[in-house]
Parts: sequence; structure tokens; C-alpha cells
Amino acid sequence: MTVKVSMTVNGKPAAAEVEERTLLVTFIRESLRLTGTHVGCDTAQCGACTVHVNGQAMKSCNMLAMQAEGKSITTIEGIAAADGTLHPMQEAFRQNHGLQCGFCTPGMVMSAIDMLNHYPDPDEATIRAELDGNLCRCTGYHNIVKSIQAAAKTMG
Amino acid sequence: MATPYIGVPIQRREDLRFLTGAGNYTDDLTLPHQTYAVFVRSPHAHARIRSVRTEAAARCAGVVGIFTGEDVAAAKINGLPCGWLIHGTDGQPMKEPPHPILAQGKVRHVGDPVAVVIAETLAQARDAAERVAVDYDVLPAVVDSVQALKTGAPLVHDDVAANRCYTWSIGDKAATDAVFTHAAHVTTLEFQNNRLIPNPIEPRAVNASYSRADDHYTLYVSNQNPHVERLLMGAFVLGLPEHKVRVVAPDVGGGFGSKIYLYAEDVVLTWASKKVNRPIKWTAERSESFLTDAHGRDHHTRAQLALDRDGRFLALRVDTKANMGAYLSTFASAVPTILYATLLAGQYATPLIHCEVTAVFTNTAPVDAYRGAGRPEATYVVERIVEAAAREMKIDPAALRRRNFIRSFPYQTPVALLYDTGDYDATLDRAIEMADVAGFPARRAEAARRGKLRGLGYSCYIEACGIAPSSVAGSLGARAGLFEAGEVRVHPTGKVTVFTGSHAHGQGHETTFAQVVADRLGIPMDDVEIVHGDTSKVLFGMGTYGSRSLAVGGTAIVKALDKVIAKGRKIAAHLLEAAEADIEFTDGQFRVAGTDRSKAFAEIALTAYVPHNFPHDKLEPGLNENAFYDPSNFTFPAGTYICEVEVDPDTGIVRVERFVAVDDFGNIINPMIVEGQVHGGLVQGLGQAMNECGIYDSGSGQLTTGTFLDYCMPRADDMPSFQVDTRSTPCTHNPLGVKGCGEAGAIGSPPALMNALTDALGVADFAMPATPQRVWATLQAAQRKQAA
Amino acid sequence: MYAFRYQTASSAADAASRLAAHEDAKLLAGGQTMIASMKLRLASPSDLIDLAGAADLHGITVDAKGVTLGAMSRHAEVARSADVQKAIPVLAKLAGGIGDRMVRNMGTMGGSVANNDPAADYPAAVLGLNATVNTTTCSIAADDFFLGMYETALQPGEIITSISFPIAKRAAYMKFKNPASRYAMVGVLVAQLADGSVRVAVTGAGPVVFRVAAMEKALEASFTPAAVASIKVPAEGLNSDIHAQADYRAHLITVMAKRAVEAALA
Repeated sequence: MTVKVSMTVNGKPAAAEVEERTLLVTFIRESLRLTGTHVGCDTAQCGACTVHVNGQAMKSCNMLAMQAEGKSITTIEGIAAADGTLHPMQEAFRQNHGLQCGFCTPGMVMSAIDMLNHYPDPDEATIRAELDGNLCRCTGYHNIVKSIQAAAKTMG
Repeated sequence: MATPYIGVPIQRREDLRFLTGAGNYTDDLTLPHQTYAVFVRSPHAHARIRSVRTEAAARCAGVVGIFTGEDVAAAKINGLPCGWLIHGTDGQPMKEPPHPILAQGKVRHVGDPVAVVIAETLAQARDAAERVAVDYDVLPAVVDSVQALKTGAPLVHDDVAANRCYTWSIGDKAATDAVFTHAAHVTTLEFQNNRLIPNPIEPRAVNASYSRADDHYTLYVSNQNPHVERLLMGAFVLGLPEHKVRVVAPDVGGGFGSKIYLYAEDVVLTWASKKVNRPIKWTAERSESFLTDAHGRDHHTRAQLALDRDGRFLALRVDTKANMGAYLSTFASAVPTILYATLLAGQYATPLIHCEVTAVFTNTAPVDAYRGAGRPEATYVVERIVEAAAREMKIDPAALRRRNFIRSFPYQTPVALLYDTGDYDATLDRAIEMADVAGFPARRAEAARRGKLRGLGYSCYIEACGIAPSSVAGSLGARAGLFEAGEVRVHPTGKVTVFTGSHAHGQGHETTFAQVVADRLGIPMDDVEIVHGDTSKVLFGMGTYGSRSLAVGGTAIVKALDKVIAKGRKIAAHLLEAAEADIEFTDGQFRVAGTDRSKAFAEIALTAYVPHNFPHDKLEPGLNENAFYDPSNFTFPAGTYICEVEVDPDTGIVRVERFVAVDDFGNIINPMIVEGQVHGGLVQGLGQAMNECGIYDSGSGQLTTGTFLDYCMPRADDMPSFQVDTRSTPCTHNPLGVKGCGEAGAIGSPPALMNALTDALGVADFAMPATPQRVWATLQAAQRKQAA
Repeated sequence: MYAFRYQTASSAADAASRLAAHEDAKLLAGGQTMIASMKLRLASPSDLIDLAGAADLHGITVDAKGVTLGAMSRHAEVARSADVQKAIPVLAKLAGGIGDRMVRNMGTMGGSVANNDPAADYPAAVLGLNATVNTTTCSIAADDFFLGMYETALQPGEIITSISFPIAKRAAYMKFKNPASRYAMVGVLVAQLADGSVRVAVTGAGPVVFRVAAMEKALEASFTPAAVASIKVPAEGLNSDIHAQADYRAHLITVMAKRAVEAALA
């Protein structure tokens, strides 16, 4: 059976008829065609699907679209300014080579923004510990840590 | 202004799209009328298929088509080919049992595809796939290469005796063995190089479609070498001509080797897209990636090093059993032979080396090249045994290495390779300095006061990149060429589009290659675009693996650029009314030597396309050149890694406290990108040493480590930050003087960590990965031994 | 994931009646385990009753006696609650170490306790702090709640509404994470309760959370790391897997208990 689900995505109203079993990530990728949010695993371990739900980072592969009914969702497509100016976290990743293949990157960036919301000036150990919900296979994390440190400076 | 781009850490032009969610990965693509495929896979490691019943599934909502091994056989579709024919020591070709794209008669590993269900939606395809009824007659399974060789072991392929694919060797066995009878010292090690599961974060994905209008197939696939994919699939499996097949590898979310290969799913979807006359998408779930992506490593090795009383290496002999998995993957046979045994000289002038390799079929996922491919296994043998010998002979490990370094180049090793250049002292010296080796005893004592065990280990690795030349590879069994192609298309305004057969999936070629092109042409980087990954755009290509892209693909571009410049010089000579020999090209200007008369590159380009005043008698209009480059030799990156670990004896937890990497990659185009490649490689190598291990249950043949809940991927808090630096001896046989940097980290780091760990624990050997449990168990055993 | 009907409950009572109406209905709290197992087709409820809208399951109350967490308290909410941090710091710390930051933003205390995964953290807090589990029908003492692997004293149709944690004199939780999954491979919560009694609750090591009487006795006599340092827990009956054999888990219980006492005293 299908149901109507509606929410705000990147500041705009979004709605679709979906099967009740539709995951939030499927709604975002397939119904809204916002393909920046990625799926990297089926056990909610890799974090590539991380989005913000009412301002908090969550794994969109591990929740139903219906659980986000009426909520405000932000995806990687929604964090740069309207004129295209990158969010400070995106800019920091670019400046510090914090990405290679780019597949984990949207989740990393969304998770890192959430991290700084709670730890405005984290040390390296905190950053590494708080990244435990995001896997990256390319960068060895070294430059991701540097990127988040740099972003903390510009955002703080 | 000369060379404003090469050697500069320029930010990547790829990043903007990846950072804003505008990347275009295969699963991001949705075609009109697209359907979805789900594969029915074997739950058993080894079984005969009694029957596959699809009636119930076919009645499910939304089902568009179901195909089984019988359909594939009826369509006379060939099995997946192996791209490298190894001949054994007995002169016989390796055993190449069929590798059907859907199982026929038998399944040979968990995850072996049995049928495909195609439906309107993914959920419908999944629902229907559950209704495909397969009746299996379960057979005993074997997962370990040593067990598989034993008499009475289950036969993975009924007609491959003892599961032996081949036994191959290199080097002078008699002379090597003779040395061991009188050597002053012999060090022996026996170990398992653990199986790794590549796990790029983007799972494999395929979107195949067919057009009746022009009898044309289009395959989007997450792949490292689209032209090779097209050639293998078209020529060897489906019998489709290249001009009717377009393969596109768009943005690819990491490969590390696992996306080199032609996989069954790619072929099934391409074939079935014509049968159902609809586009079909398949994206692996991570659980499927674990079961069906080609795995890496999995060697069982016994090695012996003979030394004289002063610690000079006299001979090395190695016996390896290499697990091939259930079928030969695309380049599987070359990995434990050509890419492994040839690297056993390392950085040392060991005069005699003999290596015998037996490749073995087991009921496991196929094993093929994974970041480093053979060279990590070789480096592990050499650097572990050298360190062990140093400790046994009570010689400083760095001193023992120096005593045996190769210092005269070119150097012919006893295992076929000819090293062109290197300076191993330079990287070792710099690493020792950066790692503050002198301060280590104090740090160890300080750690001991805190109840911690601290150890330091070296690894002086060498690797071979840009596998070449084709003629030699061909004589060794390669069934493909090993060149690369590039095309430089100069537009009338002097802007340039460059097409390369290399493929980037994280390496940043769009940036690095543009740096090279802009420098060579003396034009702004913004005027250069790099295109890759589409067989309908790029003339040809062999793709990206073995750290070959810049050394081979970059050189092909340079050769095409040379042709562009040569033609430009002719046009300039005509316009400037000078002799061609007097025209020099610097900083984007064609200049009459010794004068101020010149024409800018863009003016020459415009003239080529608006050829009013043009030497038509000598030249064709236009400015578009391509080149193929077949290297004359491998390149040989080398370096020294020093690792310092601390062990908590109460828990067995190992922490990397310091890690220094000093690499010689020859000339460097973009140091930022190179450092990033090193970091990533190091974590994959340290992951092998500390975290990762693909484990199959020896009884059931089930993959115990089949999700991220059990397969231990390195995370940010498992890993340190790194200190990296470079020393350079430019490659002598390519025009850029580059060697390749993609795999070094993964090659050099496992022995560095294990040498540090064995130093900390005071044990002779330790099997990877150094999980807390195993470290603790080893310490317990040592305590018990001491007490006894 | 199999198809199911999605329902929302407006209160605990509403959830209970919806649950009673369908034999194969299940509750959806944060869903961090439920959705994952449904994706792998390991669970196939006919109906999924989302508790997020049940206002009476939300909320954290702190008073002189202790902390009461509504069943739908998200881990991150508990971890960041200044009141919880002050009243029972170990509870905030334990919640802040569950899963990863995204899981903590979604996962709930009630979901974790009701599921009773052998490697979950919250059961150690419930048992170690001698909490009381309040349900739609009764209140259950911690010692009576956790019965076995994924098995609790909850009756069919009974829903956890809140859990009350009494204030402890001092307590700490030490977790050795499974290197791959990051679940507790061994987690030990040591608490000296208001009446001076000591509880040592161990999660991750066995099929279900359990107490270590010998350690409790020793710590009641002397609340020092040395008191537990040489107390060994028998390996028999503990979990064994590729990451940790039973003997290693047994050893880690002692190490984590010792470190928890150190942390509790710090």
C-alpha cells in the first residue's frame, strides 16, 4: 500500500506517494532525485547516507520515510549558499583534500557539521572518536581530520 | 613563467561536484522505463543444483523477466575469461575451469549467482527473488588453500585434480638450495597473508540498456577500465562487436582493484537488457559486495633467508600457496606470480632467489588484485624475514638493510626485474630522522613505566608500477596489452580537451593530468578539460590499476602533446616565415629563436581551424593528436616506513603512536594528491595488519565476516595521523620522470607495523591481523611459558 | 524489507491497543535495530507502530531520588542532558557512548532495553544502577527484567513507558568495543548505590547482562581497583566469536571492572 509522505527538504516542501516500507534515503534519492545522499552498506555502519533531520545527523538508510513525516531534512545539496558559496565545512574539505572518490563525502560532511554543532573546538582525538559512524576507504582519515579542524576554526 | 603547475598542490577540480552532491555515480542514474535486477545467490559454499524453479516468482507482481543458468547455457554465452595464462613448471597451461555468469550444475561459493529476477521496482524484484526455489544437494566445502591441496579434499571443479590451478616457479632452484646447505645463518618464517575484502564505499553497480533502433548496448558500470570491460565482455563472453557496445564508467566511488574485473552481473544485465528490451539496474547491497567482489591476498607462505656471518644476504627461497577462490577472476593468475615473485628481491642485492607458487581453487569468492596486488605479499615476506634475521643475528635492523641495499643502477634482480634507479639510503636516512629513532629507547622506557609495551619496526619496500612492456607481458602470458592511449583535442580558440584511457576513482586525474597539459602547452589550467571513462568518447584505454595512470596514461598524453606542439611549430614557421628548426615553443608561445617574433598557442590553434594562410601542401588542417604509449619497463617506487606501536598488555589493544613514510615516487605533479594517496594506502595496509580479515568458516564455507559488523574496517579512531615526506630519483624511462604512488602505502605498511609489534611483544612472529584478542592471547602464552 | 502497515501511536495506551489488535505487529521506537533487521528481512511485522508521537513516552525528569527517562528518550538527549549529567553522570556517559553519533540521535533508551541485545549498553545501566522498569501494566525491578538473550520480563502487549534510575553514590561504565561493530564486547558498570551496596553489571560478555557477585562483595568491603583486580569470572557460558573467545571476555571483565572502579573514584 502506498501512503503520502511530506516533509521539508532543503527548505522546500517535498511530498510523494510511497510504499510504507520506503526508507528515507530511498525517498530522497528516488522520489526527490537528490542523489548526493549515498548508500554504502545495509547495516547502518558506513554513514554515507547521513542527512540532518530537524538539525541532527541521522542515517537515512536506517529510518523510514514515514518517520520523517513533517520534519525538516537537510541533505548535502542543501548546505551551500544560494549563490553557490560552499558551506565552511565543504570549503574545508576542499582546501584540505579531505575527499578522494567522493562517495563517503556527503555523509562525512553532514556528520562533521553535526559534530561541530556539539563540539565547536574539538581536538584530534575527539574528532576521530566522533567520526566512528562514518567509514572512508580512500583518505585514511588523515585529511578528513585536518578538514574538520580547519572548519572548526572558520566556523568558530 | 615556466612550469606554474607541476609540483604545486593545486586543489582538485573534482571536489566541487563531490562536495555538493553533484557527483554522478552509476546508481545515481535512472533511465526511462528502467527495471531492477536482483540476483538469487547460493546460500551454500558447495552444492549441486538439482533444480531451479521460477514459476512462483514469475507470477509475482511486477516481474519482467527471470533467467537462470539454463537460459545462459541455451544462449551459448561463454564463461568469464581470465586475462593471464600462466604456464606451470611442468610446462602445462594453468587449469581454467568455466566461470559461468549464472551457475550451471554446481555452485562453488556462497554468493555464486544462480538466477536473476528483473522487475519494475527493486522491492518487487526482491520479493520475487525470494520465491525462486532452488533445490541443492549440498557438498562438503574447502576454504583453505593448504587444506584444498590435501588428498581427499572436496574438489571445487570436478576435473581439476587436487584443486591445483598451477604450480609455477621463478629463479634458480638448484643454486638457491645449494647455498642453504652451508650458510652461516638461516632465518625461517611461515605465515598467512590474510584475506582482505576490498570494500570501496560505493558498492558495485550496473545499469545496462539496449536499443532496438540501432542494435546498440549501453552499459554504465562502476569500473576501473571501461574499454577492457567492453573488450572482455564483447569479444570473449557475449560475442558483441565493440562498435555496438558503449561502456561508461562515470564517477566511481573507489575501486582499489576490485572494480578492474569483468563480473557476472555486468554481463547478465547487458545480455538481459536485450531480452527484456528495457534498461536494467543492479546495485550491490553491501552483503553482496562481501560475497562477490574479488577479494585480495590470502597466501600461505614459507620463506627462508640465508645469510653469511656478516649478515649479507646469500639466498632467499619462498614457497607460497595462493588461494584463487572458486573461479579465476580476470587477472587472478598473474597476482601471485608475475606481480609477487618478481618483487622478492626488495631493495636488496640478494644474489639468488627461488620462489614456487601453487595456485589453489577453494569454495570462496575469487581472489584477485587488491591495492598492491602481489607486491604487498612480497614486501611482507622480505621485510618480515629481514627484520627477523636482524633480531636473530643481533644486528641493528636498519644496519642490516643498509648492508644489503642495491646501490648500483640499473640493477638486474635474479627474479626478472630490471630496476632503473633508486636511492634507498636517502629514504631510510630521512625516515630515521623524522621518526626520531634515536629517541626510541627513552620512549620505550617511558612506556614501560606506564605498563605499556612499545616497539619500533622498519619496512623498506620496493614495488613495480605500470606493468610493462606489452611484449614481455605477452611472453609471460598476458592476454591483453599494457599500453595506454591519450588524445589531445585542441579547439579553435586554443582550449583543450584531453581524452585519457586511464580512469580516476578518487585519484584526481582531472586535476593532475590538467596540470601536466597546461604546463606543457603553457596555457592556463582552466583551458584544459580531462575526459575519461566513456568508450564512446575516449579512443581506447587500458584503465587504472597498478599505480600506472600517470606513468603510462600521463605519458601517452605527453606524447600526444608533443605531436600537437610539433604540428604547431610547423604552422608557426609558416606564419612567421621562418624555418621550422628556428621555432621554439616556451610558455605557450611559438617564437623565432633569438627574436621577439612569436605566435601564441591560441593563434596557432585558430589558424589550424581557419586555415586561410596555411601550409596546405605540407599539413592537414585541424589540431588534434592522439598517442599510444607502451612503456619499456616498470617503474620502481620505493621507500622506508617506520612504525612505532604501543601495546596495552591488559587488553591487547595496539595503538600506532608514530608512523613515518618516506617515499620515492620520482617527480611529483601534485604533492597534495600524492600525500592523500599515501595516507589512504597506509590505512589500507595498517587495516590489513591490525583490523581486517576475511574469514570463511572451515566447516560450512560461510563467510563469517560478511558485514561491517564482523569485518573490521579501519575507522578514524583506529588510526593515527601520519608524517610523510618524499625523496626523489626520477624514473629514467618516461618523460615525466614519474613512478606512481597509489599503492605504496598499502604495500609498505603491514610489515612495518608487524615488525614494530613483534618488537614490542618480544616474539619472533605474529600473524596478521593483530587483533586485541590475539595480542592478548600471545602475551598470555608468553607468560605461561615464562612461568613454566 | 517486507511490506507492512505503518501506524502512529498517540500515547502508550494507544500503542498498546494497536499492538493488541494485530498479532504480528511490532513497535517502532528509534528503529536503529528494528529497521536494520527488517532491511535484512530478519523481521517481518505485519504492522509497525511508531511511538515517536506518543507524548507520554518522552521526557526526562530528575529529582532528589533519581532520574526517570521516558522510553523514547534518545541516547543523544540523555547524553546531553545537564540534569542527567549532574544527577547520574554515568548514565549520560553511557548513553553518549552508544553506537555512533547518528545512531545516538535516533536510538532510544526504551528500544534498547526492550530489545535486550546481549551487546547493548543500556541493560548494564538498568541492572548496575538497580533501576525500575515502568511499563503500561506494572513496574519491574531490574533484577527481574532481563531474562535471556533478547528475552525480557515484558509480556506480550506490554510496553516500557519509562525507567527510573536511583541516584548512586558513585558509578562508572567501561566498555571494550567490538573492533568491527563497535557494540560492547565487554561492558562493565560498577556502581556504589546510595545505601552503600555495590553492583557490578556486565554486558556484551554473556547471552544477557549479568551481575558479578564476587566483585560486588569485594567492592562493598573495599571500593578500590585492587579489590577486583584479581577476581576472575569463569569463562564458561560467556560468548565466543571471532573477535573474542570466552576466556578473553572473562579476562576483559576483570580489566574493565578495575578501570570502572578507577573511573568511579576519579
